[in-house]
Amino acid sequence: MKKFFHSVWVIAYREFLRFLQDRSRVISSFTMPIIFLVIFGAGFGELIGQMMPGVDYIQFMYPGILSMTVLMGSMMSGVSIVWDREFGFLKEVLVSPLSRSGILLGKATGAAGIAVMQGIVMLVLAPFVGVSLSWGIVLKLVPLVIILSISMSGLGLLIGARMRSQQGFQLIMQLVMFPMMFLSGIFFPLAGTARWLEVLSKFNPVTYGIDAIRQVFLGSEAAGVTIFGHTMGIMDSALMVLVVGIVLLLGAVRSFNRQEQ
Amino acid sequence: MEVIKSKNLVKRFGNVEAVKGVSFEVQEGEIFGFLGTNGAGKTTTINMLCTLLAPTEGEATVNGFNVIKERDQVRGSIGLVFQESTLDDYLTAEQNLRFHAYAYSIPRKTLEPRMKELLEMVGLWDRRKEKIDAYSGGMKRRLEIVRGLLHHPKVLFLDEPTLGLDPQTRSRIWSYLRELQGRENLAIFMTTHYMDEAENCTRIAVINHGKIVAIDAPDKLKDDLGGDVVTIKTEDNSKAVILLKDQYALHPDQENGTIRFTVPHGEEFLPGFVSGFPLRLISIGLHRPTLEDVFLKLTGRAIEEQKTNQTQHLKRRRRGH
Repeated sequence: MKKFFHSVWVIAYREFLRFLQDRSRVISSFTMPIIFLVIFGAGFGELIGQMMPGVDYIQFMYPGILSMTVLMGSMMSGVSIVWDREFGFLKEVLVSPLSRSGILLGKATGAAGIAVMQGIVMLVLAPFVGVSLSWGIVLKLVPLVIILSISMSGLGLLIGARMRSQQGFQLIMQLVMFPMMFLSGIFFPLAGTARWLEVLSKFNPVTYGIDAIRQVFLGSEAAGVTIFGHTMGIMDSALMVLVVGIVLLLGAVRSFNRQEQ
Repeated sequence: MEVIKSKNLVKRFGNVEAVKGVSFEVQEGEIFGFLGTNGAGKTTTINMLCTLLAPTEGEATVNGFNVIKERDQVRGSIGLVFQESTLDDYLTAEQNLRFHAYAYSIPRKTLEPRMKELLEMVGLWDRRKEKIDAYSGGMKRRLEIVRGLLHHPKVLFLDEPTLGLDPQTRSRIWSYLRELQGRENLAIFMTTHYMDEAENCTRIAVINHGKIVAIDAPDKLKDDLGGDVVTIKTEDNSKAVILLKDQYALHPDQENGTIRFTVPHGEEFLPGFVSGFPLRLISIGLHRPTLEDVFLKLTGRAIEEQKTNQTQHLKRRRRGH
């Protein structure tokens, strides 16, 4: 067990180191959310405001953009593992006495950690774009962001565990990520859209992540996802994301172990 | 004491048997080489010994640890340098080494002097703060050797340690390796398809199509050829081969328009042979046997012809891993 946590720490440490060494990645990962915030907040925000009378549009959009930033950042876990395989570094890791599952969880932790940092940058920017934040909101938000990011890095790893090329991974990731984003209610409320869209969205773990985060912001004004007549609260949704995340991570560990032996 | 013991190791990939029952032992402080063409099963064997591949059959121990049941102990007690670079190009040399130290749980107290000692030895101490992508191929290989030795392993595995490097760099790397090996009583298990590189070994196993065809010291292998190597070109090579077999009782091999055979005391054999040979000779040569001759005799295949495929092979490897 001690070895497992040691492995997680060593791998996560390298992910951070690697991130900080790559200046273009640092710059892009912090400017991207700002660009999104400006475009979606100011541009589309007006429109969404009209769709949902009574809801402050920036209050609606902001949690969505926050989640999207975390989502995209977390998926980097998969990029990282495919990258390491393609450029040989994975071999150095695999012949070391680190535990296999620890290596994978370390990648998840690293990517999630970086995604959470991006999320925090977004929180710092919030007052400047007119989003009202309180310490209570921040305190509830941080654990939700952590759960969502670990969960989504699990997805990145599951896809990346067996892939051998960057191009292949990017292709699959876009194929998975974009529908997930659009079917999650990041950009527009899903209630009132086509029935099949609404049904599909309920199979999407991101939906619950965003819903929980949005409920923290909007309080009772947020709709909440309804399944089988039960309206999910913050805790329900968080639990859902957590369970899906654990399943994804276990799947990734399994796939990775089989591939590398 | 044996540091590596392999007993009948077999690896099958689907229907293809890449390694067909390989048995050998490597002693402490020995440089043991696997000599063979690309695809002979060298890398597969190394991967099984260093726990990257599970053997289909057979068993092996490294430093007394079973490569199937005690993988972590094996991993912790060996150093590895692969054919292709396994450094993180985005990090500096020092960061790469520190990552390795964390992964192998090397205590800080021993790490700092060890890192300095090794880096100074291979002449990289002054450049330790540079990122790897600024390093040349030879520098990368030196750094990988340093990294492989950082945790004081008893055995160092080298998979084609000087593949793709220029001759000066290759000989420099070998002088480092010999110095390190002598200083730390290290056993080195290496694979190569360079004959001159195999000369550095205490013992060589010649591997062909997944099987070991001979194991011995390089000089012993050469002596076993039975004398000196004569190469001739004649106006009619196929006729010459028959003549050599029937009238001279020799065992000639024909390849690329030249015929080669071994005779004891070559310099005494030649004058009589030249004046008495019935066909017109175009050229004639005599040399002491080299490993190349040994290899040709044992496998019936020139390693040179494989070299043309090497660049393609390298590219494939890059993509494949």
